[in-house]
Order: sequence, then C-alpha cells, then structure tokens
Amino acid sequence: MSSAHLIVLRHLWVLRHGRPWNLVVNGIFEPFLYLLSVGIGIGQLVDDGATGGATTRYAAFVAPALLATSAMNSAVNETTNNAWWRVRFDKLYDAIVTTPMRIADIAVGEIAASVLRSTLSATCFFVVIVALGMVHSWWAVLAVPAAVLIAFAFSAAGLAAATYIRDPHHHQYLQLCMLPMFLFATTFYPLSVYPTGVQPVVAALPLYQSIELLRGLTTGHLGLGMVGATAYLLVMGVGGVWLANRRLSGMLLT
Amino acid sequence: MATETLAPPVDEATTGTGMALRAYRYWTLRYRRTWRGTIVISVANPLLFLVAMGLGLGRLIGPDTAVLGGVGYLAFFAPGMLAAASMQNGIIEAAFPVAWSRRPGGAYPVAAGTPLEPEDILHGHLLFMTLRVLTSAAAFLVVMVAFGAAMSPLVALALPAATLTGMAFALPSAAWAVTLTDVGPVGGVFKWVVMPLYLFSGTFFAVEQLPEALRPVVYVTPLWHGVELCRTLSLGTATWPTSLVHIAYLAALTGVGYLVARRNYRRHLHA
Repeated sequence: MSSAHLIVLRHLWVLRHGRPWNLVVNGIFEPFLYLLSVGIGIGQLVDDGATGGATTRYAAFVAPALLATSAMNSAVNETTNNAWWRVRFDKLYDAIVTTPMRIADIAVGEIAASVLRSTLSATCFFVVIVALGMVHSWWAVLAVPAAVLIAFAFSAAGLAAATYIRDPHHHQYLQLCMLPMFLFATTFYPLSVYPTGVQPVVAALPLYQSIELLRGLTTGHLGLGMVGATAYLLVMGVGGVWLANRRLSGMLLT
Repeated sequence: MATETLAPPVDEATTGTGMALRAYRYWTLRYRRTWRGTIVISVANPLLFLVAMGLGLGRLIGPDTAVLGGVGYLAFFAPGMLAAASMQNGIIEAAFPVAWSRRPGGAYPVAAGTPLEPEDILHGHLLFMTLRVLTSAAAFLVVMVAFGAAMSPLVALALPAATLTGMAFALPSAAWAVTLTDVGPVGGVFKWVVMPLYLFSGTFFAVEQLPEALRPVVYVTPLWHGVELCRTLSLGTATWPTSLVHIAYLAALTGVGYLVARRNYRRHLHA
C-alpha cells in the first residue's frame, strides 16, 4: 500500500495558510507578459504565412508553446528548488524513512505534489489563452491533460536532476538547460527555420515534444508526431521516477 | 571572512579612495571564487536571446520593416537587448548582494566595524558593480559586432551608454536594498518591475506599435531611454539633442540613486 499521497497532504498542510491565487499569479504572470510582448508585439511584424497555415495568427502559434514552457518551468522549479531544499537542507525525509513510508513513496509523492501545482498554473494559463481567442480547435479540451503529462515528465526529470545538485550555485546549470530550451524549442518560430542538420537536435528536446503536443491540440493540426510526443514524455517521466527513486535511496539514511 | 582578506598592508593609504579600494578588493576576491555562476545569467542569457530572437525570429519578420526604422530585426533587436541586459545586470549586481551583505554578520556590518566608513563600503561596491556591468556589456557588444548587428562605428559609444543604463538601475537598487532586512522582496522586484520593463521598453518591438495612449508610459521608463540611446548609436542615427536627453535622464537617476544610497548606507550601517 503506497503512502505517496501523504507527501502531497503534507505539502498542502504546510501551504494551508498560503494563498492559492499567489501560486496561480506567479505561475501565469511571466508567460502572460511574453504572450503580450512577443505574441502581439512581434506578431504585428510577422508574416502570418511563416508560421504554418495562413489561418494561424502568430499569437496563436506562440500561446501553446508558452503554455508548455509554463508547465515545464513550474514543474522543474518545484522539484529542483523546493524539493531539493527539503531533501538536502531540511533533512525532512531522513525522519520519514524511519516510518513505514518507503523511499519510492517519497519520490512519487514529491512528483505528484509538483504535478498538482504545475497543473494548477497551466490550467489557469490555458483559460487565459482561450479567453484571448488564441485557441482554434475543440481538440484543445485535451490540452489540460496534455499539460499534466508534461508536468509529470518534467517533475520526475527535475527530481532526478535535483539529486545531483550538491551546491546552491549548481542550480544555475539547470537554468542553462531550461533557458536555451525555452528559446530554441520552436517556442517563437517553427522548426523549418533551422538548418536541416540542426532540426533533429531540436526535435530531440523534451520541450519541443511538449510544444508539438500542445500546439497540435490548440490549433487542430493533428499529426502522428503527437503520438510520438506522448510516448516520449511518458518514457521520460517513468525514467525520471525510477532514477529519482534510486538516487534518493542512496542519499537518505536507510 | 571579509576582514581577513582586507588585512591592511602597512604602506597603503588609509583614507578616502584607499579605503574604498579595500572594499572593492573584497568583491573582486569573492568574484574570483564565484564567477562561474554569474556567467550563465549575465553573459549566456543575453547572448542566447540574441541568437534566438535576432537570428531565428528575425527570419519570420515580414519584408516591411518601416516601423523598425527600416533595418533588419537583428540590427533593431541587438542594441535593445544590450540595454536590457545591462539593466538586468545592474540590478542583479546591486540588489541581491547588497541585501545579502547587510544582514547581521554579513560583509557590510563586518566592514562597518573596521575603520571603513559607510561611504567607503558603498564606493568600493559601486566600483565592482560598474566593472561587472561594463565587462558583461563589452562581451555582448563584441558578439553583436561579430554578428554584423551593428550598423555604425558609433556603436563603440554604446559601451558607456549601456554601462550608464546599468548604473541608472544599480544605484537606486542598492539604495533600496540596503534598507531591507530580508532578500525576499528582491525576487518580487524582478517579477513585477524588471520583467515588464524588459518586455515592453521597445526591446522586442518598436514603441510605435503600441496604442497611442500607452506610449507616454513607455517614454518615462528609464529602460526606454537606455534602449533608444544604445539603438541610435548602433544604427548611426543618433542626434545630439535626443542623445543628451537620454543621457541626462539616466545620469539624473544615477545621481539621485547615489545620494539616496549614501544616506541610506550611513543610516543602516552606522545605526
């Protein structure tokens, strides 16, 4: 019997005096500013045909990518900063492993709590882009479940990565992975902009796969690549859980 | 820790600049141990934006670039990014370290317990901040010129212009941060002040694209003046009157920031 849910309850208990709308505002403020500045500001300069299909306005092209980025950022921030702090500094789980809870429960619980938080902000951002008229397909009802999958993949990978962080300034190196992904994983322009040789490298990025999935759903341009993206994210999430569990077992007092 | 590294060699001046240089040496010594972490945010970050936006996004921009001043997107964006990155570096170098150093047991109170005056501590730290903003701007400028994003030899003057932009933000930030008791609010400033300025001060798109009513709001933001100054220098379209207005605005902000910082440093370090 797994007791992973206890970790989630513990985080909710700690946050009970926090205001949930704070989490939401923090999660959607930055992507919203980017949407206004890049989507609408630069959108006025962009030739609409360039973003695939004359029906897709530039802002509608950027919006799903920002949704994917927002899910990624809040997932990775939660598992790398906050969970890292709990494991390395608060030594929270050194106490928990002496109870009947297993380390796998801790890993799954942390990831579940992160997914919950990330899903909350992704859902709110999704509502914003629907309200702004940047969603053009009924397939978009699947965008929130897709965001949950993205949050899962990045939370698990983030927790696994966090176990390798020994010093606070190592967090910078994570930023060094996430920022280029944000900028180059077709957030602002399609894959066809890149030279043929570079395209497979970009396509291999997890954020690219996430963007493909969400962009297909919100614009209604479905493709077989979306099945591949789903499989990619599932494998990444499961692999992340496995690695995080293994690494935490080595780190915690057992 | 701080006092150890500042142990006085006997032959040094113990007044005025000599004292400030000791505070400065503390920061450079510290930087020798921590520079790796700062490279990511102050150099890699703006360069990645330059490549992604200037080169990648630039390819989507339609043939009609009249609103950008008739130049390509890279040439338009790069000097704006130079100013925006300098703003960011100025605030990063001022707000966090100052708020962090003034905690009990931090570098500031410890230094204030020595013959260093609050002004010396401020001057030494300011010198270091200037160096950081200047070197980051220089690195960016070299890449910008290598990409062919600069249109005029006047671009060399964008280096002091960008440094001034950075300091126009660094001094007020330091003046404010020295009054804090917790670094928490600094993160809020990044979210609510730096990000909006970054995205809407004419860096990514021309102010003329905004609705008429919003433009005056942009014109009063200091970053817009920095962006315009760097951009006109890089494009070679700078004129004396407009440049002087931008410089005067930024210099005034720096000067007022300095006066307030000096007062606040004395109040909070010799309290």
